[in-house]
Amino acid sequence: MAYPAQYRYTKQHEWIDLKGDVATVGITDYAQHELGDVVFVELPKSGAKVSAGKSFGTVESVKAVSEIFAPISGEVVETNGDLEKTPEKINTDPHGAAWLIKVKLSDPKEVSALMDTAAYEAFIASAGKDAHA
Amino acid sequence: MESLTSAPTIALRKTALNAVHRHLGAKMVNFGGWDMPVEYPSTGGLVAEHKAVRGSVGVFDVSHMGDIRIHTNRAPGGALAAVQHISMNDASKLAIGQAHYSALLYQQGTFVDDVIVHRLGEDDYLLVINAGTREKDIDWVRSNTKNFDCVVEELSDAYTQLAIQGPRAIDVVQKLTDANLSGLKNYWFTHGTVCGLKNTLIARTGYTGEDGFEIYVPSDQATSEAAWNKVMEAGKEFGIIPCGLGARNTLRLESKMALYGHEISDTINVFEASLDRYCKFDKGDFIGRAALEQTKAKGIRRTLVGLEMVDRGIARDEYRCLSEAGEPIGVVTSGSPSPTLCKNIALAYVPPAMAELGTIIYVEIRSQKVKAQVVPTPFYKRAKKAAVPQSAKIS
Repeated sequence: MAYPAQYRYTKQHEWIDLKGDVATVGITDYAQHELGDVVFVELPKSGAKVSAGKSFGTVESVKAVSEIFAPISGEVVETNGDLEKTPEKINTDPHGAAWLIKVKLSDPKEVSALMDTAAYEAFIASAGKDAHA
Repeated sequence: MESLTSAPTIALRKTALNAVHRHLGAKMVNFGGWDMPVEYPSTGGLVAEHKAVRGSVGVFDVSHMGDIRIHTNRAPGGALAAVQHISMNDASKLAIGQAHYSALLYQQGTFVDDVIVHRLGEDDYLLVINAGTREKDIDWVRSNTKNFDCVVEELSDAYTQLAIQGPRAIDVVQKLTDANLSGLKNYWFTHGTVCGLKNTLIARTGYTGEDGFEIYVPSDQATSEAAWNKVMEAGKEFGIIPCGLGARNTLRLESKMALYGHEISDTINVFEASLDRYCKFDKGDFIGRAALEQTKAKGIRRTLVGLEMVDRGIARDEYRCLSEAGEPIGVVTSGSPSPTLCKNIALAYVPPAMAELGTIIYVEIRSQKVKAQVVPTPFYKRAKKAAVPQSAKIS
């Protein structure tokens, strides 16, 4: 699955798509592969505050529980409620329909700390090599 | 994303099929010091593997399991006496070719390990033990049988053990052997030519709650890979897929089969684990017996129950169980979504007073109290096959 060129990425495998001062946040295709069949998602409600680098929710596969970390700080303005009923969308469309939350940025400067697509692709390529060494 | 359930990397042991798993793109994990496949994403992953075993057939590499043979030395009877002394079930009831579930116990009636005891010959027994407890078990068996006239041999590294499991397992294995499998009852075994390998142990056993077979072939890489490939080839028409430890865990949990370090351990006794039906007090003395007789008289402080989540949330291993008031009352030993039932299920230790069916118990999930209910176990039980096929009755 291709990593959209306009997205920015974290080392914990989250992505953001920034439009104005609102960032859509999700987890990457690499992350959903690592998790396996996603069966449960727990997300904050609209109005909740998230902080860059801090956990804001949980994604669970049959086997594992994973925390999701906020790439940027701000206020949650929308939550993807569809995922409560259809968490498996995270496996099939992690960069699109399975976005998690939309965040109104409190500090737009934080975006510059994130990886661009080329840097993220290089990052997961080296992570893969380590894992299989 | 950060996994809360990953383990540190250390030097891991490998089965003879390690290269096969890696070639298939399996996700590998450290399981009790072994580098083992947890699931095979390229053929569908954990849920597909679970469903293959419930619906048709799947194959597991379980070569990490250990094997201890205890056999006669100078006079017959020494091996049986040793097995009777170190395990809680009554091995004198086993016919040659029969196996049973049992356990090795400490003096205080808690678990060294659970085992399958096979009676290979007149005074000849094979104990199949867990991977994570292998070294501990061997040492314990050796030290506790030294006053018996028997020979204890560790054969763990001699075998590659394949578990072919599911309602069509019999069709797959029958294609590979001259032994008559339909005449082999559950928990019985035979020796036959399998995959061209003479005198191979074929047991109608497993850890999935489904019909199935476990075969024990020589552990050199070439033989092991050839056997694996033949099983895959024979199973092709039944949709066989390789299955990892992830599906093995969800399958055994649905069937309420104990896992060492979870439902049973060196601090949990036989009555608490509700495994006393495999503990035979009338067979004579055995290690742990005296303590268990006291436990029987005194009663237990906790008991294993099945839980089903009522509210949204998944109970996981080691989560706390809480009362309505929020007091800690117990602990989840195994918890997972159930792929067969599409519910979130768990096994947990709670006080006997909280064990009645329908009792509401709360599970603490990330500091939240989430409602669950005590339900009957096993969560899943396979339908018993009719002795005569339906079509035969009609004609």
